[in-house]
Amino acid sequence: MAHAATHDHHDEHHGAPSNFFTRWFMSTNHKDIGTLYLIFSLTMFFIGGSFAMVIRAELFKPGMQLVQPYFFNEMTTMHALVMIFGAIMPAFVGLGNWMIPLMVGAPDMALPRMNNLSFWILPFAFALMLSTLFMPGGGPAGGWTMYPPLSLQSDSLPYVVFAIHLMGISSIMGAINIIATILNMRAPGMDLLKMPVFVWSWLITAFLLIAVMPVLAGAVTMLLTDKFFGTSFFNAAGGGDPVLYQHVFWFFGHPEVYIMILPAFGIISEVIPTFSRKPIFGYKAMVFAIASIAFLSFIVWAHHMFAVGLPLGAEIFFMYATMLIAVPTGVKVFNWVSTMWGGSLTFETPMLFAIAFVILFTIGGFSGLMLALVPADFQYHDTYFVVAHFHYVLVTGAAFAIISGTYYWLPKWCGHMYSEFWGKMHFWNSVVWVNVLFFPQHFLGLAGMPRRIPDYNVAFANFNMISSIGGFLFGASQLIFLGVIIHAVFFSKKKASDRVWEGARGLEWTVPSPAPHHTFALPPVIHDEELAHGHVDD
Amino acid sequence: MTSGGIRFKAWAAAACALFGGTAWVSTALANPQPGQLNMTRGVTEWSSEPYFLNNVALGVCIVIGVLVFGAMFIAMFRFRKSRGAVAEKWSHNTMLEVVWTTIPVIILIILAWMATGGLTSFADTTGSQMTVKVTGYQWKWRYDYVDYQGKAIDKVGFMSKLDEQSNETRQLDSGLDPRAVKVGDENTYLLNVDKPLVVPVDTKIRFVITASDVIHSWWVPALGWKMDAIPGIVNAAWTNIKVPGTYRGQCAELCGQDHGFMPIVVKALPKAEFARWLAQQEAATKAPPATPATPASPTPAKASTAAAPAIPAAKTAGKQG
Repeated sequence: MAHAATHDHHDEHHGAPSNFFTRWFMSTNHKDIGTLYLIFSLTMFFIGGSFAMVIRAELFKPGMQLVQPYFFNEMTTMHALVMIFGAIMPAFVGLGNWMIPLMVGAPDMALPRMNNLSFWILPFAFALMLSTLFMPGGGPAGGWTMYPPLSLQSDSLPYVVFAIHLMGISSIMGAINIIATILNMRAPGMDLLKMPVFVWSWLITAFLLIAVMPVLAGAVTMLLTDKFFGTSFFNAAGGGDPVLYQHVFWFFGHPEVYIMILPAFGIISEVIPTFSRKPIFGYKAMVFAIASIAFLSFIVWAHHMFAVGLPLGAEIFFMYATMLIAVPTGVKVFNWVSTMWGGSLTFETPMLFAIAFVILFTIGGFSGLMLALVPADFQYHDTYFVVAHFHYVLVTGAAFAIISGTYYWLPKWCGHMYSEFWGKMHFWNSVVWVNVLFFPQHFLGLAGMPRRIPDYNVAFANFNMISSIGGFLFGASQLIFLGVIIHAVFFSKKKASDRVWEGARGLEWTVPSPAPHHTFALPPVIHDEELAHGHVDD
Repeated sequence: MTSGGIRFKAWAAAACALFGGTAWVSTALANPQPGQLNMTRGVTEWSSEPYFLNNVALGVCIVIGVLVFGAMFIAMFRFRKSRGAVAEKWSHNTMLEVVWTTIPVIILIILAWMATGGLTSFADTTGSQMTVKVTGYQWKWRYDYVDYQGKAIDKVGFMSKLDEQSNETRQLDSGLDPRAVKVGDENTYLLNVDKPLVVPVDTKIRFVITASDVIHSWWVPALGWKMDAIPGIVNAAWTNIKVPGTYRGQCAELCGQDHGFMPIVVKALPKAEFARWLAQQEAATKAPPATPATPASPTPAKASTAAAPAIPAAKTAGKQG
């Protein structure tokens, strides 16, 4: 703590630039860029959410009431692209930007100018992609997976491909920056195996990003040349193979799934020990589990393609490999529960979201295990069962972890406590309505409702109506989140202490709240007992 | 172990109540029902495989879920700070970690073994007594009968698309009530076609599945599987329907704006009735001699085994797209 005080004194001479444009547009400060990422992500969360509202409104009852089928397909496609590339991924990069330097005792990211560039590419990429909705031919409507030949029928393909190239460049630069920061900028004494699990999870995620974003770029570039330059990568009539695209896409796509969940594991692994007032159970097992999941993510891609007519041997291999993922994932869940066991628990909003994460993500994991069983997947594949599965892992998984992390670190960012009452209102509304929204979709899928359809048989009417009601209320609940953040940043009178939470451990809690514009200009002296995992020897 | 195991599972019990027992379900219940909670058991020789696997896996998940979430809820009540709980210091336990890594591995091996059996039997399309070629189009299906009981079938094939009543009702602001689209007592909105695929029961039928424009997926839940229809590729799958009836399904792979409006209807007839139906169809195609052969219809085949005849024709169809 003595050191943090020294830094304060130093920091007073280097505040944030007072000019709005200079501060936010030309920033090289990891905290400001982190804030920009988070604001961008929240904006995209609401834009993508509004697309979901259109989808749920059309599916409220049988018959077509609101939109044409093609526009419905544009909505499903855009909802996925915006949520994946615009909301979830930038939110994690934002949290990483803000917290990684603070957690490892670095003064900033390793490559601050590139950091600025990797953020400012994103608004242009998304402006380009969203603009297709206003074009005469409409936006992309072939699903976010963009399977050819269908995706080649869309005139907006080049816009989307270029936008994806930009997002990929942004992600790769962000990943390089995070790896460089973690490997080079740690304060003396911050050994790799003393780093917070969140930092570990981001280090591994960053390698995944660098490995697979170029694969996605390659796949969509081949779509582009097939459409405009006469190649036949995926065109059967020219000797190509439409299934090749799916192999290449999912070689990106499956690691991408873990890119969206590993940092979430990291956040939860910080929040649960803090509010259990007990060190995380099995620190090394946690890190090793993340690494094994990351490795396995490269050899399971074809489980998204069990119905394309793979050879028997391939189906068996990909089934076994996929089922193996349950082991490290199970270890993580058991370790979180064991962290809570014997602790001294309090239930502030971040902890509530973290507990909901563990339970609901596990339910998503269960349906994932069921989906791995190929004969059963012949029934589940491309139904609402799959929709329920990936929303449990992405909404109550990734998004809940992001929300948990936001409540957890918000007092550190803005220096004021958020309203605990409204935080809990947000939590209880979210957790109830998200289940009303997604749980019935399991039943719809099992009963035989395919995904990505704008209208359905009367047999599916009841659960769709329940799901839509849950959807509207879950969507509305997120406005509470917006309100809580605005209140905490601009209006809250309650000062946050430096440590903020009684059980919080780690370097980020040794700097003042709000964190000054520059921190750790001099490397902090590390006391192992100050760290969350300072003297863990298991 | 499968049929005994499921009786303990909550969802399976609900499903059994819904389906009225564990015998072969009646044909109507093979199609989606309002309030249906579980997968259909289907009506074919193979369709119980995914159903049992689904139930067993669900049961395993529920048991693990009860244990894990139970431990979590106990922790949440026992170790509350407000109840004076003081945090302990331990942070690992090798014995526990070995146990909870090993037990899931054993469970997974059992599940994998069961799934592998079902998968292997599905992959075996040999010994079929009938071949039907299925071709996906934006947004309808084409069925061509290739052979039956070792004899090639000449020019029996037709397009199958959404029935007129569903099609009128599904237009934006049509003002028509989807609940009024019925065949008998069954609501068939978006699940009915102008001409169903007619097949015999108790016959191993091999499907060769392809598409002419974009990727589709041929799925009838009562048959227990779906298979993608991909231009330029011919996939094979088989079924052996045990119960006569009308089974309804839909395209399962996004294929453009009317993806939701290209249902599949399979009408399974007793063998004798099917033979009569087939004879009628063959006679009908022979009657007007000027009937132009469709490009997708199979080449006259001499094959007695099921393997050869469909493939060249399917390739031709694939190249059109």
